[in-house]
Amino acid sequence: MPTYQVDPWTALGDPTRKAIFERLVDRPHAVVELARELPVSRPAVSQHLRVLKDAGLVIDRPVGTRRIYQVEPDGLAALRADLERFWGKALIAYKAVVEQPAKEDE
Amino acid sequence: MSSHSQATATTARSAIVVEAPIERAFRVFTEDFDRVKPREHNMLAVEIAETVFEPRVGGRVYDRGVDGSECQWARVLAFEPPNRVVFSWDISPHWQIETDRERTSEVEVRFIAESGDRTRVVLEHRNLDRHGDGWEGLREGVHGNQGWPLYLQRFAALFEQEG
Repeated sequence: MPTYQVDPWTALGDPTRKAIFERLVDRPHAVVELARELPVSRPAVSQHLRVLKDAGLVIDRPVGTRRIYQVEPDGLAALRADLERFWGKALIAYKAVVEQPAKEDE
Repeated sequence: MSSHSQATATTARSAIVVEAPIERAFRVFTEDFDRVKPREHNMLAVEIAETVFEPRVGGRVYDRGVDGSECQWARVLAFEPPNRVVFSWDISPHWQIETDRERTSEVEVRFIAESGDRTRVVLEHRNLDRHGDGWEGLREGVHGNQGWPLYLQRFAALFEQEG
């Protein structure tokens, strides 16, 4: 059941968003800081941040008049979700195999 | 990392009930693991000819490619037919073999008889935090589209075909 509208892997498939995300991994940033460090406009940075936020990869909080973005701290959640999807599918394949009529040698 | 959900945050769980006696359920999972694990999940450079699950403690779980190359991605840690099997998960979050055993997780599969011909299979992939900082792995795992997205898309496609 998807919790987020944007798949995090798809969100990070974009080079600019990946660059933004990597900067946020280093430390929290304000939009203006990111726009200064990257060859993209401030509105573009905001738009990319919104996608990252929708993907559950970053969170933001207001500090004075600015908005500070940082990575969503519960990083293992993404790994766990993917592994649960993986094993869930493996078990479905397993069920199909185990419920097949017994083979001749059994 | 938030501590309130620590137990669940570091464990992935999955379960299924199969219409088979417990002995058969255990045997098929281990002997036919080749058919359980989708071929598309492949870290070899070539197609997988078969996945081998060596049925003993200390056994290896590995994919063998059509050219004879091998990729061992797990070690059997417990083998207790027909109740339980545990194996390591020596794959980093960015789908590469993890050689540092301190940075591997483990998968326990338990078989519980619900009746003479029905078995509940409970799979727990735990100690995920041992792989290290999740975000570090996530960050490195998304280089291009050759990491998780590719695998996950191919997995999804496989099962969609089967309905």
